[in-house]
Amino acid sequence: MAGDRQATEGFEVSSRRIEKVYKADDYSVIAMAGAAGPCLEMIKLFQVEMEHYHKIEGETLALDGKANKLAQMVKQNLPAAFQGLIVIPIFAGYDLRLQQGRIFKYDVTGGRYEELQFYATGSGGKEARSTLKKFFKADMSREAALALAIEALVDAADIDVGTSGPDLIRGIYPVVKMVTCHGVTDVSNDELRPLSERLIAALQG
Amino acid sequence: MAVPFYVSPDQIMQDKAEYARKGIAKGRSIVAVEYVDGLLLMAENPSASLNKISEIYDRIAFAGVGKYSEFENLRKAGIRYADLKGYSYSRQDVTTKSLANAYSETIGTIFTRDPKPLEVEILVVEVGETPAQNEMYHVSFDGTITDRRQFAVIGGQADRIRTYLQEHYRTDLPLAEALALSRQSLLAGYERPPAEESALEIGLLERGRVGRKFYRMTQAEAARAMAATNNGS
Repeated sequence: MAGDRQATEGFEVSSRRIEKVYKADDYSVIAMAGAAGPCLEMIKLFQVEMEHYHKIEGETLALDGKANKLAQMVKQNLPAAFQGLIVIPIFAGYDLRLQQGRIFKYDVTGGRYEELQFYATGSGGKEARSTLKKFFKADMSREAALALAIEALVDAADIDVGTSGPDLIRGIYPVVKMVTCHGVTDVSNDELRPLSERLIAALQG
Repeated sequence: MAVPFYVSPDQIMQDKAEYARKGIAKGRSIVAVEYVDGLLLMAENPSASLNKISEIYDRIAFAGVGKYSEFENLRKAGIRYADLKGYSYSRQDVTTKSLANAYSETIGTIFTRDPKPLEVEILVVEVGETPAQNEMYHVSFDGTITDRRQFAVIGGQADRIRTYLQEHYRTDLPLAEALALSRQSLLAGYERPPAEESALEIGLLERGRVGRKFYRMTQAEAARAMAATNNGS
């Protein structure tokens, strides 16, 4: 899961370094698009809920259980969404029972839909999805998947003013997290830098 | 109007304490031991699913003896208390001292106000950033709270086990030796050594772990660790 780093306030950039992708627990990650305050609040509460359940019950929720819990939280936000404070998450994780990765998208009413290959959301989501749709392959290597995720963000930033690409001048790169059967890992800037440079060089044509 | 018989507060408290002690004495004991890289909790527990040892928060663990349903309720209340506090303030504001005090208050109030006292004894322990910052609190059935260093024991055979640990404990034990010492001390709790050893439940608070420090060690892992140092048996 990869997310760009830009936050906007009207027509201004309010932050170049905001993080939109978070580890939810040992086997899942979450990212959100929409109003920053409610988004971060919902992520924080979701993380606490996952940990709390684990400690009280002595075992973690099934991935479906986590996805459903998040759906309820999005649904609870509906009155605020009507006033403009929309929160739309993407949730993804490794399902230990089915032994496969899974992706869930949501709508504003708390509707939960499983995506089989990829998904992107937010103001540049449509552009990112176009890139993913064109180049996605089911048997991609880790490196290829990483390159495709960054390319989708670069393409989104190319068209959408609300999305920023990798910022080579300031050294700001997207936040990228990987989930495998061994858990969640962060992708380091050292790995993202050469990928980003190659993609941006390709834009120079 | 019927006047109830007068019973002195002394007598009431004594009776309650005796009742609670009897309940606790029925169960096996739990030891907590400081070792060089953290803290270890060990219990004899034939059940693999009804735990006596649990994680509470990043650096904090819990152990309870006595009536399962009662210390299980206390365990859950502790987790709720810690998670709520960490969510409303910050993760570093969840302290073992305040949690142990909350436990002491709850158990103490029940002891004085309710007809039936809780038949439990609990340990609340925290691994510090340095060994000197480790904390161990023992809360008794009447709410009495005491802080311990090096090791702590709760349960029916606590006296014998404590004597054993006083004689054999030394500081800066490596994990394998601390495991062996804890197991030996639990065996020392028996008047006659049992024919076969009961299953062990082991929880570790490892200082070197990132984020949540609690780790539930399986008996097989513990056996391997102890075997590696040769003085495990």
